[in-house]
Amino acid sequence: MSKLKNIKWKHYLIYVVLIAVTCYFGFFGLQKNLNRITTILLEKAAIAMILAVSLNLVVGFLGELSLGHAGFMCVGAFLGAKAAVALTASMGPGNELLVLLICLLVGGAAAAVCGVIIGLPALRLRGDYLAIVTLAFGEIVRSLFENLPDEMFGGSLGLTAIRFERHYLFIVGFVLVIITLAVIQNLIRSKHGRAVTAIRDSEIASRATGINVTKYKLMVFTISAFFAGIAGVLFAFTQSKVQPTTFDYNYSIEILVMVVLGGMGSLPGSLISAVLITYLNEELQIILTGDLAVLRGLMYALVMILLVIYRNAPGLKAFREKWSVKNLFAKLRRHDPAHIHDDEAKWDRVPTKIMVDEVLSVDVQTKSPYDPDSQWKEDT
Amino acid sequence: MAEPVLKIENLGISFGGLKAVQNLNLEIHEKQLYGLVGPNGAGKTTVFNMITGVYKPTTGSFYLCGENLTGKSQEVINHKGVARTFQNIRLFNNMTVIRNVMVGLHNQPEYKCGLFTSLLRLPRHFKVEKAMRQRAKEILDVVGLLEDRNNLACNLPYGKQRKLEIARALATNPKLLCLDEPAAGMNPQETQELMDIIRTIREQYNVTILLIEHDMKFVSGLCDELTVLNFGTVLAQGETKAALQDPEVIRAYIGG
Repeated sequence: MSKLKNIKWKHYLIYVVLIAVTCYFGFFGLQKNLNRITTILLEKAAIAMILAVSLNLVVGFLGELSLGHAGFMCVGAFLGAKAAVALTASMGPGNELLVLLICLLVGGAAAAVCGVIIGLPALRLRGDYLAIVTLAFGEIVRSLFENLPDEMFGGSLGLTAIRFERHYLFIVGFVLVIITLAVIQNLIRSKHGRAVTAIRDSEIASRATGINVTKYKLMVFTISAFFAGIAGVLFAFTQSKVQPTTFDYNYSIEILVMVVLGGMGSLPGSLISAVLITYLNEELQIILTGDLAVLRGLMYALVMILLVIYRNAPGLKAFREKWSVKNLFAKLRRHDPAHIHDDEAKWDRVPTKIMVDEVLSVDVQTKSPYDPDSQWKEDT
Repeated sequence: MAEPVLKIENLGISFGGLKAVQNLNLEIHEKQLYGLVGPNGAGKTTVFNMITGVYKPTTGSFYLCGENLTGKSQEVINHKGVARTFQNIRLFNNMTVIRNVMVGLHNQPEYKCGLFTSLLRLPRHFKVEKAMRQRAKEILDVVGLLEDRNNLACNLPYGKQRKLEIARALATNPKLLCLDEPAAGMNPQETQELMDIIRTIREQYNVTILLIEHDMKFVSGLCDELTVLNFGTVLAQGETKAALQDPEVIRAYIGG
């Protein structure tokens, strides 16, 4: 009993909320009482949440900017859909859930392999350069699926996927959100996660402290890609057709906006902003029709610019401090927000909020042995 | 005679045409406090960077307790037992003080805990976390940072940040601790405290300490032996008093 008291229920609030939402909508969903628009919105929200949380692991905790998340998703979506076609043909109808499970694993594993491939150059590159590599990766994957022979992945017309009974797919989606969140949160709150955040804060110091930077960077890229692949498979199952053009550059940016909006290094923030942006997206699609549809794409740019201004403008400092969620909570509970408690009872807390500009402007270090200046740049 | 903890043989490195360090030989024995001094740009930090694996030496080799570690990577050298601090402080700024030390404990065999153990939160995970926290507290107590353990590293004053770097390096359980200007930017009182801390560390953790320092009072009060470098070459070597009174050394520092 005393053990139960020691658990900080506050940390598990997010799971409680997620399970409650799943049960609530799942109840109506299974009785087929949910209208189509809500179901589609829930599916999209689940996909967005998985993507945002997994990208946050790379951007918020490892501190590397990745612009190719849609690329991993693309790999997952196509291989998952292909596996689904093959499996349904061989296994026949009736095994839908099993097929879905196998496809999720296939898609996730394929994306994870791509994560290793992209993680290997990532060990040599930092900051802007890595961002360009990941961006290129996303585009390569997309055009690869576009240009492969039609009988393999359907070419530019796309692959006709297996349509699923819509009424319960979002429940699977939400269960996957919970699993993703649990895995990534447990990773971050362990000694391995501590090593990852150490690499973000100072790669040189973590090497000197004996952290295997190669191993952890590769691990983070792989895990992040795996979940992006799973989101891709889920996406494929919600569509009647999987087209390569869906997974373009804008999609990667959309995921990045979710992460930045929710706060880098904040997993609940990612979840909330993923839902918010998905909802806005759907609403705007209804409002902005015809020629105005172009404006929808502007939203991300606008959100991003406003956010960076808000987070960094000196004129807004007082306003920020007054209205920041952390300080408001602290005021309610009357303690000093500058002092982060992190003792035995509160070991679960991960104090890792970082500013937008810290990730977006990483200074790049050249380590050429023939550069006589490098010695003085390093440590003098 | 016992095997020296660190033995450097004919070590040298050049960047293009610049010979930053050449023909460095030295031996540090167990529990010794060894100083590395010299004017700015003499190559002291370069020596540190070589023996911790940041740079690969172009000539020569170095041995830790008889094991050749030349050309090994930073991680491997750290696992073998060389820890360092940095001249310009490099802490994990967005993490609390105690977490900084716990990162240092990451590779200790007694705190081994696989990825899946952590992901599934098996009992071992909690046991290891608790043990690491306890150990980190002990180390923080030695450097006098126990009270600050829950503050973010970037919010600490300068002197305490230096001490935290020492604590983090100490957490990796080194045989040889390399301190790069540990007293830089400290006031006389803090410097005095630091000298006491360094002595305590040596006694309590059985480490050999190699340090770079400009503060001559600090060096002469602490070090048993010295190597004086200038423009990458050894000017004088030997017992602290004698080395500092060497006419060559005085000329390098004061000129003339």
